[in-house]
Order: sequence, then structure tokens, then C-alpha cells
Amino acid sequence: MPTSTSVESTTSPPRRAGDQLFKGLATGAGVLIVVALAGVAIFLTYEGVPAFTAAKSEIPGGNGVVAYIWPLVFGTLLGAVIALLIATPLSIGVALFISHYAPRRLAGPLGYLIDLLAAVPSVVYGLWGIYFLAPRMVPLFEWLEKHLGFLPFFAGPTSVTGRTMLSVGVVLAVMILPISTALNREVFLQTPRLHEEAALALGATRWEMVRMTVFPHARSGMVSAAMLGLGRALGETMAVAMILSVSDVVTFNVISNTNPSTIAANIALKFPEATGVEVNVLVASGLALFLITFAVNFVGRAVVGRRKEFSAAN
Amino acid sequence: MATQLKTDPPRDAPPAPAETRWEAAKLPRWAPLGFAAVGLVVAVLLRTTGTGIALAVPVGWAVFVVGLTAASRIVEGGRKATDRLATSLISSAFLLALLPLGTLLFQVVSKGAPVLSGQFLTYSMRNVVGEGGGIYHAIAGTLIVTALAAAISIPVGIMTAVYLVEYGQGRLAAAITFLVDVMTGIPSIVAGLFAYALFVIFFGEGIRMGFAGSVALSLLMIPLVVRSCEEMLKLVPNELREAAYALGVPKWRTIVKIVIPTALAGIITGITIAVARIIGETAPLLIIAGATDSTNLNPFSGRMMTMPVFIYGQYKNPGIPPEFSQERAWGAALVLTIIIMLLNLAARLISYYFSPKTKA
Repeated sequence: MPTSTSVESTTSPPRRAGDQLFKGLATGAGVLIVVALAGVAIFLTYEGVPAFTAAKSEIPGGNGVVAYIWPLVFGTLLGAVIALLIATPLSIGVALFISHYAPRRLAGPLGYLIDLLAAVPSVVYGLWGIYFLAPRMVPLFEWLEKHLGFLPFFAGPTSVTGRTMLSVGVVLAVMILPISTALNREVFLQTPRLHEEAALALGATRWEMVRMTVFPHARSGMVSAAMLGLGRALGETMAVAMILSVSDVVTFNVISNTNPSTIAANIALKFPEATGVEVNVLVASGLALFLITFAVNFVGRAVVGRRKEFSAAN
Repeated sequence: MATQLKTDPPRDAPPAPAETRWEAAKLPRWAPLGFAAVGLVVAVLLRTTGTGIALAVPVGWAVFVVGLTAASRIVEGGRKATDRLATSLISSAFLLALLPLGTLLFQVVSKGAPVLSGQFLTYSMRNVVGEGGGIYHAIAGTLIVTALAAAISIPVGIMTAVYLVEYGQGRLAAAITFLVDVMTGIPSIVAGLFAYALFVIFFGEGIRMGFAGSVALSLLMIPLVVRSCEEMLKLVPNELREAAYALGVPKWRTIVKIVIPTALAGIITGITIAVARIIGETAPLLIIAGATDSTNLNPFSGRMMTMPVFIYGQYKNPGIPPEFSQERAWGAALVLTIIIMLLNLAARLISYYFSPKTKA
């Protein structure tokens, strides 16, 4: 927002040393951010390149760096997509409840309750997932295997501990729920009041009003809320590292004991004891994760960007 | 109201002829609550007959939703029935979203509270095998690492926001705005890898250092600070700036003395929330700050324990028997959650009491 300050007069405004210094500091801080992000890309590439030049046999697994990273990419996408499938409808419902269904005075506190979900550290979600949620998911898995076992997703055999990709997806869904909800709520509230009242005046029920005025207005916002939630789910580390029982496979089976790991969880599990080329391989996988989340967030922001007045979610 | 209309004819009379009915038939106001109660009764009955809670609750819920929709369809017609269905689904979605929050907080408090004691808060884990020990080293580490991260992020974040709001024009400002958006999306573990890749150049392979953890965290914290400060600075009315310029105040003094103080409550709120967000970060610290059982107060040398890493470590590498580690993990989780909730509460209070009143 430019502040129109300089009075256009015949004499240019006086140059003050303080002004120059302060402007320099502010610009410097901005440039530092550019430099830092360039640094992320450069240093990750610098540390990751040795993984590509090293002999295939030196890479863990012995089949080269691409073969090492691919199952991880697959696991990352699988977990994030499950989370997205659960969280998107739920977040739309919750946001609608807060914006259009709850009593007006309760809307603020209820929104705060959902925001509290975002305040819980991921490692605590991990504890909750492993000790509380995972064991309680097992009966559901057994039911899924018995009745929907013909689908590749629920082929089984069912894990007895519940440490499966589906449990991870549920925990991730809970973790991305607050950010998606906050964004959805914001766009729902921006629906022009006149549209809503016109619909109601024509005799629409509340749900018809929502379908005819709120959803068309909020469509791009809902897409970007889902994309930003997806970006968050892709990079989530600790909950996955603690809950998932991993092996080096590519499978769509989400209720068994053998699951592909995710990039982030794999780094967290292996990095503390890694040495030599393995460090470079892990950094290279981190670079892949950075690029994937960057792409997802870029698309999400681009969709939001078409709505000028919209402020980014935080 | 339909109920008032219905009092006109005698109770046992046939329904009024169509031309005198002024309003469509309606379910009574208590219908949703009534069906919810029926659903609850069904769930409780199922539970007492030995059905698992994971089956009883969904069945009771289905009774509520299907019953209400069907009754509405019979009495009120299809459109109203759809509306009732949507309302009950949306309300259920909200309650479902509260379920994890409720169970999580209950678990953390019920399992963590018995562990808390003076010893737990003031002992480190040095030479502790089995029972005992505490999280003093982790609390100290978390405070030091977070404070350093804040010391890096707050000046950079505020000055960037000042640049974007007060000076920024053209390509550089657009690029910075875009990159701040990118930064908010950086996975925390990538921030940790970045700090490692940076420090390994200077200190060699296997570097672990508390300060490097602060650098990683500040990469995550800066965009949060920039975003919130930017929003707050934009709220400062332009008239204030123009009044200062009219009095001949230099631009930088206007910003420092007028603009920032006006937005200060909002800025502090944003910073507090940002601190609350990063204090629970685990992944970057696991990578670059490392783990140790001893108290290390020097962020520039050696491994430094932090609370999230402590929780993870107690879970991941339990001793024999493992119960004591699990207890410590829950205790530390409770302390960490309390700290974060207090920070969030403080942010709310600051913005409530100190921000300029927006009422006209």
C-alpha cells in the first residue's frame, strides 16, 4: 500500500540520513528473505547433488537414488490424499456451521475452538495417534477388510496395532482441518449479504441459499483451502514418523502392516543416525519434498490470487 | 406459528381445509432435539447390550439423521427435508471436529498430570535409567532455542512488513510477498535440512547445535511475523501518517513513533501466536539441535535437548521397562501444551485489552 506522501513541489523533499538508513534497513530485511529462500534451494541442491553422482551401490537399498525416493514420494502423496479426502468435506461443514449455522454470538468462540487444533504440537498428535487412535481404528479396519476387502485399498491383512496409512491419514486430516476451515470460513463470510437475503426472500431454505449463493461465490476459495491443506499434509513429519509402521514398498493397501514411508517421516527416522552419502540422499529427498509442496502451494495461491481482496490464511 | 393456528379448531377435529391453512405443515421446534434424543437412547441401548462404542454411536447418529429427514419429508415435503438433512450433517461435522480435540486434551491431561512434580520440572535425564529424571534440560533448551529464533525473526519480520507496507512498490515488493507465501508452505523438516546444509559448510559433518535449530525455526517463524505485522500496519489509518508528515516529521520517525505504536497490540499478538506455533516444532530440532540427556545452556556448542524432541525421544527409545519413558513423554506433552495454550491465551488477552477500539 503506497502512502502518497511526497508533496509535488518545486523543491524536492530534503534527504535525511535517518530516512535513508531506515529505508535501507527495511529493504535489507526484505532482501534477506529472498536470500534465505534462495539459500534453501541452493544449499539443499548443494548437499543433495552427491546423492546423484554417487555409485548406485552406495545408496541405501543399492538401486540408486531415484529408486530410493520413489516409494517415499508415493507414500507422501497417498497419506496426504487420504487426509485431504477426509478433511475437505469436514472442513467445509465446520466452516459453514461457524459462518452460517451457529448463533452469531457463538461464531467467534467456536472458531477459536477449531483454531486450538492448530496449536497442538505435531509430536503430541503423534502420541495421541499411537496410544489412543490407532488401537481404536483396528475394529474399523477389520470391518473394512471383511466387507470391502475386494477393493485394493482394504485388501488386508489387517494390522493388529492400527499403525497403518489410514490411521496416519486420519491424524493428518485432523491436523490440516484448522487451516482449511479457517480459509473456508473466511470465503464463506465474504458472500455478499444481498445475494443471501435475495435467495431467502424468494423462499429458499437455508441449504438452498447456501447452495445458490455461498458455494458459487466461494468455489475458488474452497479449492485453494484444499490445496493449502494438502501442502500442509505433505510436509507433516512427526505424526507420520511415530504412527506409521513402514517398509520399503509401494502399495495402495491402507490397512495392513506394510506401508510405504513418507519423505518427511523417513528423514526424521533416518537422519539422526545417518552418515556419509546417506545424508546426501536424505537431503535430496528433502529437496523433492520442497519442490512438491512448492508446486502445490503455488497452485493454491494462484487460485486465491485471482481474488484480489482475499488475505492469505494465517 | 403453526402451533398457534392449530389451537383454533378443536383437538379431535379433522385437519383444517386447505384454504384456511395459512402456513405449510411444520415439524414442531423440538423435533431435531427429539430425534437426537431418540438416537442417543438407541446408542445407549446398543452399548448396554454389548455393542462396541465404535458401532453404537454411528448407529445412533444414523437413527437421528434418517429419522429426522424421513419425518420432515412426510410432514414438510422434499425441500425442507433436504434442508434438515444438510443442517444435521453440518452440525454433526462440527461436533465430529471437536472429538479429536476433546479426546486429545483429555489424554494429555489425564496421563500427564500424575507425572508432574517438582522433581520432574527441575531434574535433567543425566544418568537416569528407568524411573525418575525430569525435563529441566528440555525446558531450558526449548526456551533458549525459541528465544534465539524470536530474536532473529522479530526484527526481520517487522522490518519486512514495514518495507512491504510503507516502502514497497514494484517488482521487489511483489517478489517478497510471493516468497513469504512460499515460506509459509515450507515443510518444517526442510527447514531443518536447510539449517544442517548451511552449518555443515562451516562446522563439518555431523554438526548439532542449538543455535542452528534457532535458524531453522526462524525460517518458519519469519513468514508468520511478516503476515501478521503486515495486516496490522495496513490497518493504521493514513490520516495519522499524513498528519505527522504535515508537521514535518521525517518518514522514519513517523513509522517508529506513530505507525508502529498504533499497531503495537496487534503486532505483539501476532508475534505471540507465531512463538506458540514454533515452540512445538519437532522435526527441524530433531535434525539439527539433536538430543542429549544433560543440561546444555550454550546454544553455540553441542547438542541441545528441547521439549518436542524429548517427547519423541522418550517414545522412540524407551528404556526397560518402557512405562517410565511413556509417563515422561506424557508429562512433557502436558507441560508443552500448557505453555502453548498460555501463549495463545496471552495473545487473545493482549489483542482484547490493548488494541485500539474499532467501534465508531
